Amino acid sequence: MKTDELIRALAEDAGTPRKSMPLRLGVALGLGGIVAVVLFAATLGLRPDLAAVAGAWRFQFKLATPIVSFLAAFWACLRLARPDGRPRDVLPALLVGPVLALAGAGAELALTPAASWLTRALGRYSGVCLVAIPSLSAVSLVAALAVLRAGAPRSPALAGAAAGLLAATLSAGIYATHCPDDSPLFFGLWYTTAIGTVVLAGGLAGGRALRW
Amino acid sequence: MRRVSDRDSDLAGLMRSALRGDERSYKRVLEALAPVVRGMVRSNLARFGTGLGEVEDIVQETLLAVHLKRDTWDERLPLLPWVRAIAHNKLVDNLRRRGRRVQLPIDDIAEAVADERVPEASGVDAARLLATLKVRQREIVTAISIEGASAAEVAARLGMTENAVRVSLHRSLQALARAFRDKS
Repeated sequence: MKTDELIRALAEDAGTPRKSMPLRLGVALGLGGIVAVVLFAATLGLRPDLAAVAGAWRFQFKLATPIVSFLAAFWACLRLARPDGRPRDVLPALLVGPVLALAGAGAELALTPAASWLTRALGRYSGVCLVAIPSLSAVSLVAALAVLRAGAPRSPALAGAAAGLLAATLSAGIYATHCPDDSPLFFGLWYTTAIGTVVLAGGLAGGRALRW
Repeated sequence: MRRVSDRDSDLAGLMRSALRGDERSYKRVLEALAPVVRGMVRSNLARFGTGLGEVEDIVQETLLAVHLKRDTWDERLPLLPWVRAIAHNKLVDNLRRRGRRVQLPIDDIAEAVADERVPEASGVDAARLLATLKVRQREIVTAISIEGASAAEVAARLGMTENAVRVSLHRSLQALARAFRDKS
């Protein structure tokens, strides 16, 4: 087949409907988020003392860090879904979460006596955290990857990892309203491990599913 | 001689109309991109000391990806860097399939000269991969690409609606892209 002949076929197909990636990704995560909230409500539920802790900075930190990371990851993910999306362009966005986590941990270390650090870091429900965040992420991750298949990522594994970060920060924000462990040291240890697992899963899945 | 950025903004303007469904502009963009991509592919394959037998296959695979992934182009940005990124990806895929370990710096292939030398060249793969399509799909693609028929003419000939022909054409192009990607 000559190239000019191929071009004729491509031109005849010019009218296929456009797809807005930001919109589709938003809808996918909206649906994934709804499923996660329903699952969350059925199993874990809000913490009973939510109203009492809502004003405390440790609680706010635990909720705000995933939300900010999610927004940054959303932008980064759209960028990485393009053939000309370079990893170094999105690196600052991907580092927002880790930097916040470190800053929170630093504040906690400065404010509390050394003797309490270990207890604060280990918390009471690390096991629940490690299971809940990945479980609540599953639907969002699959939905985000499905949308990203319409993209053309320069690095499929990296785009998949960013999708994992999106799904995980969404579910971490939801889980934070249940989790009774409020120390930023707990967040730095267990939330990041749970989120990291989902990022890894997204990277592995994306490396296969997002090739184009 | 015109500057590259002038030409890019011409092409980007055509591509913007194309994205709004203007087939004529779209054909002109693709025809203008083909020699640019060919130049890039040819000079890079030469640099790797590999044969030039697959140049046209890579050009066609790139154009197919440009087509199917055109929504990933940000209309506010120049067009050629985006096309180059796609060509880069397809070039690396092709070299890997041939068992070469490659790390092509993306900026390296930036300034290749457009190559108009082989406007009549054929891709071997596309013809072979066309054979993997369903019979009806192959009929439609062949009629439009090789015979130059329009979707409406093909519809009349095959007793289908024009819309059905267009849907089938689109699916065929997706299948063709998949076949390119998965060929061993």
